[in-house]
Amino acid sequence: MPDVAIEAKELTKRFGDFIAVDHISFSVNGGEIFGFLGANGSGKSTTIRMLCGLLQSSGGSATVAGFDINSQADSVKENIGYMSQKFSLYDDLTVTENIRFWGGIYGLSDEMIAKRQAWAIGIAGLEGREKSLPRELPGGFKQRLALACAMLHSPKVVFLDEPTGGVDPIMRRRFWDLIRQLAEEGTTVFVTTHYLDEAEYCNRIMLIHAGRMIAVGTPEQLKKEYIRTPVLEVETERIIEAMALLDEDDRVEETSVFGTFLHVSIAERYNAEKVIREVLGAHNISPSRIEPIVPSLEDVFIHLIDRQEAEQKR
Amino acid sequence: MISVHRIRPIIRKEFRQIMRDRRSLGVLLVVPAFMLIMFGYALNYDVQHIPLAVYDQDRSTMSREFIQQFIHSEYFDFAGSISSEQEIDTVIPSQKARVVVVIPPRFSEDLLANRSVSIQVLVDGANATTAATAAGYLVAMTQDYSTNISLQALQRFGMSKPTLPIDYRPRIWFNPELKSAKFMVPGLIGFILMMSTVVSTSLSIVREREKGTIEQISVSPIHPMELLVGKTMPYVLISLIATVLILITGYALFNVVVRGSMLLLFLETLIFTFCGLGLGMWVSTVANKQDEAFQLATLVSFLPTFMLSGFAFPIANMPKVIQWITFINPARYFLFILRSIILKGVGLSALWQETLFMTLFALGITAISWNKMRKSVFRV
Repeated sequence: MPDVAIEAKELTKRFGDFIAVDHISFSVNGGEIFGFLGANGSGKSTTIRMLCGLLQSSGGSATVAGFDINSQADSVKENIGYMSQKFSLYDDLTVTENIRFWGGIYGLSDEMIAKRQAWAIGIAGLEGREKSLPRELPGGFKQRLALACAMLHSPKVVFLDEPTGGVDPIMRRRFWDLIRQLAEEGTTVFVTTHYLDEAEYCNRIMLIHAGRMIAVGTPEQLKKEYIRTPVLEVETERIIEAMALLDEDDRVEETSVFGTFLHVSIAERYNAEKVIREVLGAHNISPSRIEPIVPSLEDVFIHLIDRQEAEQKR
Repeated sequence: MISVHRIRPIIRKEFRQIMRDRRSLGVLLVVPAFMLIMFGYALNYDVQHIPLAVYDQDRSTMSREFIQQFIHSEYFDFAGSISSEQEIDTVIPSQKARVVVVIPPRFSEDLLANRSVSIQVLVDGANATTAATAAGYLVAMTQDYSTNISLQALQRFGMSKPTLPIDYRPRIWFNPELKSAKFMVPGLIGFILMMSTVVSTSLSIVREREKGTIEQISVSPIHPMELLVGKTMPYVLISLIATVLILITGYALFNVVVRGSMLLLFLETLIFTFCGLGLGMWVSTVANKQDEAFQLATLVSFLPTFMLSGFAFPIANMPKVIQWITFINPARYFLFILRSIILKGVGLSALWQETLFMTLFALGITAISWNKMRKSVFRV
């Protein structure tokens, strides 16, 4: 196992005039859980497709498990696992039939399949339900079975494209336990998600927006590096109005809506709480609660994306 | 590279899915035999046992003799005598009879006096095919009868052993009784094979794309060709089994025997199956959803195979432009080949041209579809 599991250099994909992925460079270490974040249409899926050998890149280069994605696509495919939100089990084949099929596709011997079948059933927690059809299983089990099927050939790198879409929070947590277990066993996990709480589980995360890489680092690094001003959570009934008022004030750096609350960051030299009460009080809005919070990744990303869009306008 | 090792699990999986999905198994195996029974009995162009009523105003030995020759044939059944003009107007509308023969009062008298006699025949034209056939039989039998009378008259005038200038004695080869079923069975094999291969191939590919399993497969090291071979082989085998079932049904119910080589029959069937697979692949590159695929598949297999192959209508009777179109229809060649092998027992030497055209079609459509498919299906 090379120390670097995935390495991309100036990787680019154009569809006609449209640049879906714009010169992105990054590297993922062996055994790392690497989170890949971005909105729909940000170039996330295109990047994964290129890395899996499904799409030719139009510029730059990348290696996965030590193989070039364009010239050695077949070797890449032998060494990766892939699972998407639209996880692909055959609904009319039983659990074991699915496992045997996917094992067979990867050219495993019958002995090997038998061995990995036991492993997969264990991983998915499906002991005693070997003869069930996937459609009879609850969502979370199906997801884990799909992941197990994607890993029958013991790939060095596994790509998970929004693996927990549409699964309840408890099952999501258990799924992430499984991902961590795989990483501890040495598998490199490249995962996309749009649940930002999940991103906190990653060793490192990367954010892309409109095809460009915006930030990469550990969750702590990102928070420290990009959020320098304190963030306060403000609770009020007239949230939209309050946000507009705060945005007009020079001392306020940034505002954003989080659920039914407002997150506000104020330049460091001011007393933040005082500024907020002053601005809102002038218009008869009295917030029921104002308190400083530890910024979440969501604060970081909103900040970064706002900054990127402001730069592009300029 | 292509490896049998990786094709095997695909074939096994495809068989499991077919076996588990009773509907598709039914479509592939039972429906063909059922269609043969339906078509064999229903699409019958033979006309027999037409109810015939008689309004005999003469009531003589000669008139009865004249009527008897109709009723004694298998084409007509005696449906009763009529005693008045008005009754004629009721027997046909009430469907008691479809043909009424009216014999004038002085039938035998005139005949014996060597005067020509007019016979009135009324035919129910509601079913044009039956009417035309019935009228044909009546004309032929009446002419036969009058020829006999003329000959007898000539003999009576002292001419010994008169001969007719032309003695018309047709002999029909290969299907002497002119049974529609014998002609239908080969056509049905082609029709059913085309329908089932195009529909099942296109559905099975589109289903995988709809479910997203094709994406999962395309990330694996499997070669697209391995996937295709693995997915289509089961349908080839099932098509051949369906062919055997049709032949058995055809033999049991309609006494259709294969006169030519069974091996040649299967080889030709195999080539034709590949035409169907290629078309099915093409459909799967055009259709996005299973119901779209089903409709398109039925259209491209049903229309040309039923209308433009010589199955339902003879190609020779079609307008020239349509005749040209039939040249790119593989069913046209296959039907000719099947009829030749099953009914005439002809060998490859007489069929090589049709075989060649059919092979070219199979190769062409597969190549076109394969090219489209690699882009649209595997590079998802």
